[in-house]
Amino acid sequence: MSILADKSTRLVVQGITGREGLFHTEQMLNYGTQVVAGTRPGKGGEWVLDGKVPVFDSVKVAVEATGANTSIIFVPAKGAKDAMLEAADSGVDFVVCLTEHIPVQDMMVVRAYYDQKAIRLLGPNCPGLLTPGEAKVGIIPGDIAIPGNIGVVSRSGTLTYEVLYALKERGMGASTCVGIGGDPVNGTNFIDCLRLFQADPQTERVVLIGEIGGTDEEKAADFVSKNMTKQVVGFIAGKTAPPGKRMGHAGAIVEGGEGTAAEKVKALEKAGIRVADHPEQIAEILAE
Amino acid sequence: MKLHEYQSKQIFAQYGIPVPKGRVASTPAEAREIANELGGRVVVKSQVLVGGRGKAGGIKLAKDAEEAEKVAGEILTMTIKGLPVRKVLVDPAADIQSEIYLGITNDRGARRPVLMGSAAGGVDIEEVAAKTPEKIIKVHIDPLLGLQDYQILDLALGIELPKEQWAEFNVVCQGLWNAYRKSDATLAEINPLIIQANGHLAAIDGKMIIDDNALYRQTELAEKRDLDVEAESETEANKFGLTYIKLEGEIGCMVNGAGLAMATMDIIKHFGGEPANFLDIGGGATAEKVAAAIRIILKDPNVKAVLFNIFGGITRGDVVAEGILAALKEVKPSVPLIVRLAGTNAAEGRAMLAGADMITAESLAEAAQKAVAAAKGELSS
Repeated sequence: MSILADKSTRLVVQGITGREGLFHTEQMLNYGTQVVAGTRPGKGGEWVLDGKVPVFDSVKVAVEATGANTSIIFVPAKGAKDAMLEAADSGVDFVVCLTEHIPVQDMMVVRAYYDQKAIRLLGPNCPGLLTPGEAKVGIIPGDIAIPGNIGVVSRSGTLTYEVLYALKERGMGASTCVGIGGDPVNGTNFIDCLRLFQADPQTERVVLIGEIGGTDEEKAADFVSKNMTKQVVGFIAGKTAPPGKRMGHAGAIVEGGEGTAAEKVKALEKAGIRVADHPEQIAEILAE
Repeated sequence: MKLHEYQSKQIFAQYGIPVPKGRVASTPAEAREIANELGGRVVVKSQVLVGGRGKAGGIKLAKDAEEAEKVAGEILTMTIKGLPVRKVLVDPAADIQSEIYLGITNDRGARRPVLMGSAAGGVDIEEVAAKTPEKIIKVHIDPLLGLQDYQILDLALGIELPKEQWAEFNVVCQGLWNAYRKSDATLAEINPLIIQANGHLAAIDGKMIIDDNALYRQTELAEKRDLDVEAESETEANKFGLTYIKLEGEIGCMVNGAGLAMATMDIIKHFGGEPANFLDIGGGATAEKVAAAIRIILKDPNVKAVLFNIFGGITRGDVVAEGILAALKEVKPSVPLIVRLAGTNAAEGRAMLAGADMITAESLAEAAQKAVAAAKGELSS
């Protein structure tokens, strides 16, 4: 078992003919993910990657033809809102959006629309997810993680890779690694993933990687203390970030005294979560 | 991106919000001319993107055109919180009966916009929020439906607005919502919205912040960017698609990924150093980008060592190494460089850099400790 994606995932890639879309489609195929279709308006009927993946004009047509149940979006920010809304109406039940720099008002509209439907959104501005040995839906490098029983959920990309890599070095593996993304308004959040990990028989322990901005880590801490029986180890990035500055991610900003690393660490520790001082220490704690 | 008061009020006016008839001046003579046209008493307001202009002496009343010229002359030579005053807004002095706060912003937790009002207008709203939060009435707006008239009525009732002003208040609120939505704002604020002695409303101060991610479709607004508020190095970094934020420490950082960049700054501090900057080179670290990053980091005279921390995912380690080598041919740094590559093709990358004059590290902790030692002059390559 794992969460959100596994061998049965049938993936459609929105924006498959773009440079990023094509490159990562090949990576996902090489990993063993079932990429069953791609879309690009006007290129329906073509094939990409030496005839491995058919291209359709729309997601709906792709779903009807191939039975895709998950979509991944590699569409630039300008078209990302439309791509997410298109996916929501296409028949898939899980949508992963990697796109960065989407205007926040677009995301508020998208999120409100998804809330009305029983469809899960992951991202945007995220690396997607990886269920080691089963499926990769996104851009997390496949060779940095091995199958195991640690669930990982994170707002960051490369910082998460660090942690997966350090776990692998110590012979520890992941059940699923989920990047929820660095935007202030997104789909799946910490609590959604914690709930799934708590219910997943393969997952025995969970790593939660947060950063400054917002109060999602505080809410997650509260959820852990009330609902989790599995061990959770935490890390918060941005202890040295100055207030009022956006640290790369749109959502990584301390505003009006809210969203500091210190507050988040305090909330996690209060919930009985051990918080690592630096990323490599996460693996050290789990190895104890 | 923050807009100036006069720019925000111009936008408000486009959406039907009543604003004073004033104009902006760059010289005392212009200020005099505007005051002359307006007639009567005027207020001369410095246009700088910081709060507390009034307390700093950047907002002054003038009884006539002559005094307006004199006051403008004073304000235009001021520097407020480090920012030079380049323009003043000359508005007719308002006849204030009462002051209201009105603003729309993104409520991150609720994932939707929120319209906020308070009868305690004209003061620092964050202070009101901290001390007497019950005095702020909030109405959340469904992004799919937009602001509804009944919600504006709820707000009017909440702040005990007299019935006589309801109709005009509705126009102001709908105007503010349209200004917020159509400008891709993350904040649109009127503080204060006044009830004048004649019973009419007017937005006498305003503030807007535009979503940087939406500037591609807000081209007219993008041109209004005031570069005074950004460090020169941050503006330069933007040109190369880098995110750079200058800090006060002595160890420069070049990292791929925002989260990892923050964690790298934190670990430097953890081992007794201070980061000199945040720098995310993003995906695809080309030689051009890396060279630009090194140049920007080294422009800061405080920097005593530079730590490169790259985890190869999308950005492969060998490509980064190539970029670093090409960049080093162009810029010849005089401070120690510590490099740590991990992930995809990291071994190839490390081998390529072994020949160059760099201190290498396998783990992040080791890299940070070496950078701290190098900055203190205790370690060299």
